[in-house]
Amino acid sequence: MGERKATRAAYGETLVELGAKYPKLVVLDADLSGATYSNKFAAKYPDRFFNCGIAEQNMAGIAAGMAAAGLMPFTNSFAMFATGRAFEQIRNSIAYPKLNVKVVGSHGGPSVGEDGATHQMNEDIAIMRAIPNMMVVVPCDTYEMDLAVRALAEYEGPAYLRMCRYATERVTDAIEGYSFELGKGCTLRDGSDVTVIATGITVPMALEAAELMASEGVSVRVIDMHTVKPLDTELTIKAAKETGCIVTVEEASIIGGLGSAVCEAVSGACPVPVVRHGVPDVFGRSGSAAQLLEFFGLTPEGIAAKVKEALKLK
Amino acid sequence: MTDKELEILATKARLLILEGVHCAKSGHPGGSLSCADAMTVLYFDEMNVDPTDPRNPDRDRFVLSKGHCAPALYAALALRGFFPPEEMRTLRSINSHLSGHPDMEFVKGVDMSTGSLGQGISTAVGMAIAAKLTGKSYRTYSILGDGEIAEGQVWEAAMAAAKWKLDNLCALVDVNGLQIDGKTEDVMPLEPIDKKFEAFGWHVVKVDGHNYSEIKNALSEARATKDRPTVILLKTVKGKGVSYMENVAGWHGKAPNDEQYEIAKAEVEAHLAELEG
Repeated sequence: MGERKATRAAYGETLVELGAKYPKLVVLDADLSGATYSNKFAAKYPDRFFNCGIAEQNMAGIAAGMAAAGLMPFTNSFAMFATGRAFEQIRNSIAYPKLNVKVVGSHGGPSVGEDGATHQMNEDIAIMRAIPNMMVVVPCDTYEMDLAVRALAEYEGPAYLRMCRYATERVTDAIEGYSFELGKGCTLRDGSDVTVIATGITVPMALEAAELMASEGVSVRVIDMHTVKPLDTELTIKAAKETGCIVTVEEASIIGGLGSAVCEAVSGACPVPVVRHGVPDVFGRSGSAAQLLEFFGLTPEGIAAKVKEALKLK
Repeated sequence: MTDKELEILATKARLLILEGVHCAKSGHPGGSLSCADAMTVLYFDEMNVDPTDPRNPDRDRFVLSKGHCAPALYAALALRGFFPPEEMRTLRSINSHLSGHPDMEFVKGVDMSTGSLGQGISTAVGMAIAAKLTGKSYRTYSILGDGEIAEGQVWEAAMAAAKWKLDNLCALVDVNGLQIDGKTEDVMPLEPIDKKFEAFGWHVVKVDGHNYSEIKNALSEARATKDRPTVILLKTVKGKGVSYMENVAGWHGKAPNDEQYEIAKAEVEAHLAELEG
């Protein structure tokens, strides 16, 4: 079993490493640098760290101006404020002019835990995905996060990187044939009866669910869809054709996120049953991260139940 | 440049603004006319820009935070040689680069896409920080509307500009006292604007926004001010230069019809003839 660690921690470490390679890398935060782990970069490169205070809209705008002047800004806050509070600034000041700003949202989804509904951002994937020019990336573990941050530093253009607070198991580094490329999903386990397409911290759960189903004689394919936009439609449609049904899993709202993206892709090319699993059309609540994931069925058992639902629809 | 030379250019800019908005049958003449003089001083006397090299990394930057006054920016850019003035006739039309609000991707000389109020000034702060960080000497200028400063983001940006001691940043507020729904003092009282910016750590200069010498002096005072940003409060007349538009909120976002356009054009052309005569 791989190490348990939050994706945000890996992000902070990689950012520090990239500081040396990219002199134009600048990091902005809105008074949450300890929680977003941007404080690691701040300690190493104080001249290139800009704490904007509790003013996310202005932070997004400053980053846009910096990018227009040739710098490479990464902005940091909780997913709620990074994308929710600053939605229109991201849309109009960053994405519309195609500026090279990486918007990083930590604490995505219900696994924020005890802080409750006001801090549990379930709609970020949906709203960022709806903006033209925006790439949306949701790494599933610390290994993938490291690769994603490096890839995003090389990618010229606006992107949203989502990470979460909860420490989860590292799985991708142990999977033979795993490779990371922005915009390309990765098949982590082959299967022929059903495909689970997952993103973020639900990917390791999906692998466990596949194992549970294998003991019942069901062959589950698992795709790690770290890039929700642009979606790897080729891999998605191939899975639809070869396995005949799909379950999508995300630690986010089932409205507008990965589930919707997959439905959009298959509906026109190969309509098969798609069961969208994630946070339903409700707000979160307080509780421990583990309790909340259990509450929303975001567990191997919860995913396995959805797999059975999908199989019945075939 | 002499005041008279500037006034001739500003008057030509007013003609282009009117022509563009009239051709488009929509747009924002009132605020474009009120800031046309400051815009002219910026593009012809103050800023280091080169129409043959619009992306030069050392150029001074300009952000039109009140993006709806795009006709004023386009007119200044056209007269400065960034694109042919005749293109003003294509304003807001589907195949034109001159969209309703400035788009940096398509309009030569536009340094930032704007339109949603309150956002431009933050991007100007980002550009000014970038200059300091990379050791560049360019300056960043931004024109805001007075109604615009009701946006909370403006004050977030104001705090940040003072925090980072952005003496390479100069904001100009076009205080024409009117916004779409009426007088700024009725819609949302803004005064004392000077005291507010002072309290946020800015150097404040108040000028007659139609007096070229005063604007030039204020810009030079901004350049000489160290360790803090400067804001120039331009006292202006909305719709300046067209008798029936002056101080009328209704001309915020409405194009003149053919008859009204002929009257406006005749008035401004007469003024130009007087200046050139």
